[in-house]
Formats: sequence, C-alpha cells, structure tokens
Amino acid sequence: MSARTPRAPRVGATPSRTTATVILVLAALGFLYPLYALFRFAFWPTAQTHGFTLQHLERLADPGQAYMYAQLFEGIQNSLVIAVVTVVLMIVFLLPAMILAELRYRRVRQVIEFVCLLPISIPTVVLAVGFVPVYQQIWHLTGSVAWVLAFAIGIIVLPYAYRPIQSNMSGLDMVTLSEASRSLGAGWFATVWSVILPNLRRGILSSALITVSVVLGEYTIASFLTQNTFQTALALLQHADPYVAATFALAALLLIFLILVLIGAVGSVSGARKRKAA
Amino acid sequence: MTVVASDAAVDRSAGAGAVRPRRRAAGWLGFTPFAVYTLVFLAVPTVLAVWSGLTDEKGAFTLANFGAYANPVILRAFGNSILLSLATAVASAVIGAVICVALLAVNPVGFTRVVADAAASVFAQFGGVMLAFAFVATIGTTGLLTLFLKQAFGFDINALALDKTAGPLINQVSGMFFVYVYFSVPLMVIAFMPALVGLRPQWGEAVATLGGGRLSYWLHVGFPVLAPSFFGSMILVFAGAFSSYATASALTNTGVIIPIIMQQDLSSETLPGIAHVPGVLAIGMIVVMAIVMWLYSLLQRRASRWQR
Repeated sequence: MSARTPRAPRVGATPSRTTATVILVLAALGFLYPLYALFRFAFWPTAQTHGFTLQHLERLADPGQAYMYAQLFEGIQNSLVIAVVTVVLMIVFLLPAMILAELRYRRVRQVIEFVCLLPISIPTVVLAVGFVPVYQQIWHLTGSVAWVLAFAIGIIVLPYAYRPIQSNMSGLDMVTLSEASRSLGAGWFATVWSVILPNLRRGILSSALITVSVVLGEYTIASFLTQNTFQTALALLQHADPYVAATFALAALLLIFLILVLIGAVGSVSGARKRKAA
Repeated sequence: MTVVASDAAVDRSAGAGAVRPRRRAAGWLGFTPFAVYTLVFLAVPTVLAVWSGLTDEKGAFTLANFGAYANPVILRAFGNSILLSLATAVASAVIGAVICVALLAVNPVGFTRVVADAAASVFAQFGGVMLAFAFVATIGTTGLLTLFLKQAFGFDINALALDKTAGPLINQVSGMFFVYVYFSVPLMVIAFMPALVGLRPQWGEAVATLGGGRLSYWLHVGFPVLAPSFFGSMILVFAGAFSSYATASALTNTGVIIPIIMQQDLSSETLPGIAHVPGVLAIGMIVVMAIVMWLYSLLQRRASRWQR
C-alpha cells in the first residue's frame, strides 16, 4: 500500500488520479443532490428561485394549529423512550450473554453470533407479521403502549448492536484479564464490573449509539403494529404539512449523521490508542 | 485481607470438588435472559408468521392459502418485488464497484477515504421515510431535478416511468428504483471494498512483467478474482432491497410490492378470507431469502479462496 506513489507506473487495479477524482466527485454530487433538494424544499420561498426563509415553519408556532403537530411530538417522545428501553434491553440481554460466552463457554459464541445475525436474513416484514399476534397478547396485559415496541425493535437492532461489542472483545484477551482479576481475589461480579466492563466501554458506547440511530429510523414494525413513532408520524404529516415533515426529516438525518460520526470518532480514538500502545 | 484470601482458597478447593457440576449448571443459567428474549421475540414470531400461512380459520393445517398466489394482484406484486430488487442489485453493484475502484486510488488512511467510509455507513443507514421525502423533493412532480430537466432540456422525467398510465414516476415501482439504488450503492461499497483491498499489488506487477496491459490485468486477474465477491455483494444488496418496506410505503398507498400488500391485509380486518394471506406471503419471502442466502454462502466459499 505504502509503496504506491503518484509517479509509479500504474499496474494492477488502481485507476489514475484523474479518473478516480471524476468518479468520486460525481458520486458525491449524486448523493448530496437529493439532500440539497430536500433542504431547498423546506427552506426556500415557494414563489422565488432563490432566497432562504423560515416561513414554512411559522405554522409550527401557531397554537391554533398545534393539533396538527401533536401526533408528531408524541411520536418523537415515543421513539426516544423506545430508544432508551432498547439500549437497556441490549445491555441486559445481549451483553451478559456475550461476556459469559467469551469468558466461560467459548463454543456458545458461534451460537450467539448466528442468532444475532439471523434478523438480517429474515425480512423485517416477516417478523412483523409474527409480531402482530405476539403483541395482541402483550397489549392485553399492558394496554396499547408504545414503549413495549422496544422488545420487537431490539431484535432488528441485534446485528448492529452485536458487532461493535464483538470487535471490542476480539481486541482484548478477556480470559487472561479475568484470570488475573480472579487470582487477585476478585469475585465474578467484581471482575465483570471493574475489569471487563471498563475495557468494553467503547464497544458498548458504539453499540448504544447505533441502537439509538436505528430506533429513530425504524418504521416497519411501528407501521405493522399501528403504533405512533417518529417515522410513522412523519409519514402521516407528509400529507398535512410536507414542509414541517421535511424539516424534521432533515433534523433527524443530521442527528443520525452526528451519531455515526461520533461512532467513527470512538472507533478511531481506540484505534489510535492501540497503535500508540503497540 | 486474610479473610478474602481464605475465602478465595475455600472457593478454589470447593471448585475442584463435588460442588463443581452445580456451579457449571449455574453458569449456563446466565444465558437464560438472552435465550428467552430471542425465543419469544425472534423464534416465536417467525414460526407464527409461517404457521399463519399454513393454517385455516379453525387453526387446522392446510395448503389452501397458497391459492393466494393465483391472485393476479399478488402475483404482479411478487414479480414487481423481485424485478425491483434485481434491477436495484445490478445497478447498485455496478455503480458501487466503480466507486470502490476509484477509492483504491486515494490514500487508504487519508481524508477522502475516511470521509467516503463514513459517508457509506451514513447513507446505508439512510433509508425509509426520510429518504422518500428527499426523492419527492428531487424527482417528484415539482421536484428540483424534474423542473431543471424540463426547463433546461424540455425533458419530462415522468417519461422514464415504465407504466405511463399510473401517475407520476415517483409513486411507481420505476421511481422507487432510483430511491432503492440510493441506499443500496453505499451497502455495495461497504460489502465489496474489502475484496478490492485484498487484491495483491504483486498480481498487477506480475501481469506487467509478462507484458500485459491494464485490459489483460482486468480480464485475466481482476474480474476472475473479484467475481465471487462482486456477485456475493450484489446478492446482499438484493436481499436488502427485497425486504425493504419503509421507503416504498412512504411513496405509494397501492400494493405494488409484497411488503405493502402484507401490511394492508394485516390492518384491514374487514375483508374475510385474507387473514392468512400475509402468512403465505411471508413464506414466499422466506423461500426467496433462503435461496438467495444459499447462493451467497456458495459464493463466499469461492471468494474466501483468494483472501489471505
């Protein structure tokens, strides 16, 4: 890799600088153009070709029209609660199983990996068909509340939540760490709490962040179970007030973008530390 | 101090003795929460979805529900789903592969590459309702690109629609194609890039030493080595497009693809006799996904031959 200098005669698959630049610029334009169109739609005066306005958002502040947006705000609230519950579910269900498998039952690791990656090959709509009868029973007990959706959404989050923790674990020698801790007299609880978990902080943080970003973008399960979340509320608002819907979509995109950048930063910080340590 | 040490000693001697089997069993119990959770919310729903396709109103086993596939609307939706995913997979695979090759020319730890990697993971996540909004603003009836093409070239973007009678392009399957390509290309880049990075520079040098040009490099080394990974990644894109629901649902109310029909049949309890249609369609989707994943594992086995 490092031997590749601009002057060297080109061999192999690497294209020329110019070709590469042209392709990448075209790709970047192609991907940014729809976002620009959405931005223009939300913030341009309707009758003019240029300018910037917040006029489309004025209705949002009008108390007389608040009923139009009540559902949206309720949906956002529901989604935030679902996001928190889903993160808790991952920490309560997934993380202990992964740690236990890594430390004591290493053969189970493959089973956990298989189970966690399974939701990729089962279409979400298929799961959603099965969730309908399951949730009929659950809502019998709890009433039709949105936060229990976290259990269903947690399943489609599994592949995303699993990977950062797994890659964090494979960079550690957890067995040696726990043996060292145990030989110093710590019990299992103390070992996990003060040795294993601090070392897994980055994986857990990345996993929690990506969980939040997936939950905020989740539409399928909420739509099949006819619950009001951020995305289903946006889809409904699209007809009543497309401008506010577009603005909130842009804001959510920005948030998800920031979350993913943050995950990247967490990853590169740990990478830099590792390089420094090596 | 001494208390802790003696405790540990007692613990250890006990571990070697008769208490051990009991402790091992207690350790296994640690998997219970995860096992119960995935059983109730992953295994049970999947089985219920399939089971609802195989039973009649009274809960008895029947294959009669498969009669749904004789319904021309459902048949067309299934065809649309497969065609849309196939077209998306082919287009995204080609575009994604070209972008991957271009990324080979930039510094692997440089700014462009880091931004490109981050962008790929962001855009691959960016599906659903919000993306549908962006495309309505782009190629919708009063979309930015629609108006631009009309004013600059007198070209009506709705002429790209396969079915001219079904309204604007964006609300049709042909319009969804563009949206699907948008979120599938980044997926292709993420899936295919490792294979390209795995190409050894020595192979290029070997071709050059033997007097071969870049054309013969691609013909005799590049394409054959990359083909399994390329088609494998293409299959992943197909699977992603095939099971996607949110984007299409935000763009149309009519059951043009299978997931939308499933949702409509589930939520409308007024029509008798269709309660088991979503289950039958779920079985159809699982069969398609199983075939696709089987092909993927075959290709992965071939692809791994050239890695490491």
